[in-house]
Amino acid sequence: MTEGITKSATGIEGFDDLTLGGLPTGRPTLVCGSAGCGKTLFASTFLFNGARLHDEPGVFVTFEERPVDIVANVDSLGFDLQGLIDQSRIHIEHIEIDPAEVAEIGDYDLEALFLRLEFAVDQIGAKRIVLDTIESLFSAFSNPAILRAEIRRLFDWLKQKGLTAVITGERGDGSLTRQGLEEYVSDCVILLDHRVDNQISTRRLRIVKYRGTAHGTNEYPFLIDEDGFSVLPVSSLGLGHKVFDDRISTGVPDLDAMLTGGGFYRGSSILLTGVAGSGKSSLACMMANAACERGERALYLSFEESEAQTVRNMKSIGTDLGKWLKDGQLRYIATRPTFYSLEMHLAIMLREIGRFKPQLVVLDPISAFTGSADISEVQTMLLRIVDYLKSNGVTAVFTHLANVQQAETDAGLSSLMDGWILLLNREANGEFNRELYLLKARGIAHSNQVREFVMSSSGIHLLEPYLGEGGALTGSARRNEEARARRTEATRRSEVARLQDQVTQRRRRALAQIEALKADIDADEAELNRLVSAETHYLQQSRDDAAALARGRGMEAPSGKTRQD
Amino acid sequence: MSQASNEPVKLVLYVAGETPKSLAAIRNLEKICSEHLAGKYKVEVVDLKKQPQLAREHGIVAIPTLVKELPVPIRKIIGDLSDTQKVLVHLSVEG
Repeated sequence: MTEGITKSATGIEGFDDLTLGGLPTGRPTLVCGSAGCGKTLFASTFLFNGARLHDEPGVFVTFEERPVDIVANVDSLGFDLQGLIDQSRIHIEHIEIDPAEVAEIGDYDLEALFLRLEFAVDQIGAKRIVLDTIESLFSAFSNPAILRAEIRRLFDWLKQKGLTAVITGERGDGSLTRQGLEEYVSDCVILLDHRVDNQISTRRLRIVKYRGTAHGTNEYPFLIDEDGFSVLPVSSLGLGHKVFDDRISTGVPDLDAMLTGGGFYRGSSILLTGVAGSGKSSLACMMANAACERGERALYLSFEESEAQTVRNMKSIGTDLGKWLKDGQLRYIATRPTFYSLEMHLAIMLREIGRFKPQLVVLDPISAFTGSADISEVQTMLLRIVDYLKSNGVTAVFTHLANVQQAETDAGLSSLMDGWILLLNREANGEFNRELYLLKARGIAHSNQVREFVMSSSGIHLLEPYLGEGGALTGSARRNEEARARRTEATRRSEVARLQDQVTQRRRRALAQIEALKADIDADEAELNRLVSAETHYLQQSRDDAAALARGRGMEAPSGKTRQD
Repeated sequence: MSQASNEPVKLVLYVAGETPKSLAAIRNLEKICSEHLAGKYKVEVVDLKKQPQLAREHGIVAIPTLVKELPVPIRKIIGDLSDTQKVLVHLSVEG
């Protein structure tokens, strides 16, 4: 019916992107995989979305499960299959064969199956059909030759009817399906896989074959959760990253100050490395908090701490993340690294980022992954996430637990990062002190100082560096040095005061001496005056006496008076 | 195997049009019935081409299918019934 590549969207998140539109319209597609890998769900999602979103009614032909079970199974994923059945947009045809009550005597064919399918298809005008799983017929009928011929005829019939079909098949040893259904279906073959590595299961999807169209050939992780079936294409997107000129605050004013102009560029990837307890998570939370304060959305992906724990811990340094969580600006997702495989983690992260559309994403810590997987795989995963975030202009904050104080990550991420803050916790003189160093900040002039990093109830502060004689000092060494300096200063000051005092005293003494001398002079003068006055008095007295004598002697007086002179 | 002495055997043969297999089955069934179940059987032939909903109703997949509805238990035989003995054994009726 359709030549070329008309496609029917499956509505499965990610899958339609991967196949550039969906499954080939009017052709059968084989979906194969081992038990429990999601074949039936893939098929029912395809059918459900066709009926619901694309106005393409569908027939679900089940050879195994009962219709009620199928409805119940997808009900938990929010698919109202029963509603569509009631509207005659989906029909479930249950083909039940109990080999125990059937005997085969002579020649037969499956014409009745065809008639039933045709009847069902015509009844609701179906455009889509699912056969789940046709291989059950092989256990019901003992004549494989007849069966193979009939299945071939069935596929021809499906094509001729122009039905977009999904046929599921159980994975066989060394072949895609146990009964080699792939030989009948040559248009599109999808392989679902469910692998367990290191006790972690990963579902993967691979398009083995898709005739007449370009498609991704990688294995893509897929997910079955409360939102149904989603394929998560995780491809490297090259370096077409968005570039921003605006700066965003780190939430720590002192750190912004170290980055001249205030903070990192938007869309940067910032790595925070440090040993245990060096304040990585706290700093990351401050960045998330700053984003929320700017009115942006932040996504916090934690692999170690739970939401409640982080909120509590951040309260102790004066930051309330609870309110952001409440009003939906901050989303906190905590998962154990071992809960999923790496790819699945990546896929889920990308999906959450795609849904929540945050401006800032925190991954805390990325080193949690290195325990559960191969280093090169971790690197690939992180490269992909960095790529993804950059190309979407999302600022990324990664924390990384380093076992040793070194400017290197075992995840080999250093070169990917635009900004790198090294948090140290160094032992000196019997105590540990937190320090922060801006190792790298692409495109931003930044301080080269190692600052002391102090967390208190008023937040995070970076103390001005104390540049003593022996280099920058921190902690009690710093306090010691400061105290010593204070002491020296005090001594110096008191010395000055003492000298000043001395001078004043000396001056006072000199002045006193001057006073004393002055007093002497005054005394001498007084003495002199006294002598002079005494002399005067004496002379007067003597003159008076002489005059009196003269008067007493009469005429002799003048001679006597003369003698006396 | 004499439980069906007074109860008639009710047989339904599902066919689809006049295909050689269907015709062979009808022929074989008539022969078996007249030779082995004379007088105590009822045969109904259903053409699913005309009534496809009956295939769904009765869970018929292969053509031709012979269903023994009575006496219980229900038995199904698919094929053109070319082996009389096998048919009789499987129907659990008097051979």
